[in-house]
Amino acid sequence: MTTAVETIRDTPLEIGGRTFQSRLMVGTGKYPDMDTMVRAIDASGAEVVTVAVRRVNLDRSKESSVLHFLDPKKIFLLANTAGCYTAADAIRYARLAREAGFNDFVKLEVIGDEETLLPDVAGLLEAAKVLVQEGFKVLAYTNEDLVTALRLEDAGCAAVMPLASPIGSGLGLLNPFSVRTIKRRLHVPVIVDAGVGTASDACVTMEQGVDGILMNTAIAAAQDPVSMAQAMRLATIAGRAAYLAGRMPRREVAMPSSPTRGMLD
Amino acid sequence: MDVVINGERKQVTRGTTLLELLKELELDPRAVVVEHNARIVRRAGLGEVTVAEGDAIELVHFVGGG
Repeated sequence: MTTAVETIRDTPLEIGGRTFQSRLMVGTGKYPDMDTMVRAIDASGAEVVTVAVRRVNLDRSKESSVLHFLDPKKIFLLANTAGCYTAADAIRYARLAREAGFNDFVKLEVIGDEETLLPDVAGLLEAAKVLVQEGFKVLAYTNEDLVTALRLEDAGCAAVMPLASPIGSGLGLLNPFSVRTIKRRLHVPVIVDAGVGTASDACVTMEQGVDGILMNTAIAAAQDPVSMAQAMRLATIAGRAAYLAGRMPRREVAMPSSPTRGMLD
Repeated sequence: MDVVINGERKQVTRGTTLLELLKELELDPRAVVVEHNARIVRRAGLGEVTVAEGDAIELVHFVGGG
């Protein structure tokens, strides 16, 4: 498969000193089965793949590590701190994840509300500062608030990840203006994380000029996750290509595409 | 004696090391991360830490997530 970078003559995505050819990152949760997950990740073309840290099930008959199905030599494992509601918990999970020995990147989530899963930005900033100090490359999952994004960048985060809409909602990009503003003001990569539902959402998100997009449910909960992963790969590339191409200005009145002269009498 | 592993009370022999505990549980030490009384124990050090009555041990790994 040709990479996205080759397809549209893009530059690679660089985060925390690592470069990636694909601007689409995918999660590994909620798949109907592991075989579908593996094929969907492959079809998505993603290099960065997120995983969560959880207790080993001591009843060995039950499910085993997701690493039995993924090759960490081929993909870049990005551990998250999903499910953490305090800075202390998120820091604890990040440290455990790093100890697994793959890399020092972490997708930092500090959740503030159970119903919306919206981030607790105060806890997020607090955890980000500690983890950056400890040498982590922090990719911070946040809401689409510019000031929080700026503070996260100041704290030394390697990337800032504003949401498109709440986790698992599939509502698409609700606030393109805010996401564009964040992208315009930050120097570190901006990766939109959470909320896309279908390929057009991914495309519109990438058209805002952000550096990448991360999704899980939109692929895993599709009727055919492998086909949706393929659609997301194409949509991410298309959105990026359109952004790089520069869209025409919007106008409120029509302008004919065909010549007005040379019409018959 | 009793220790708490992943929130469950378990009987282990006195003087058991963390490495021996993983073996008993049929867990590959390369595939889990061990936290012993809220402190991470590096893989290389698992054979040097013995568990004591009432210790809290967390054994974690990567699962699917977004």
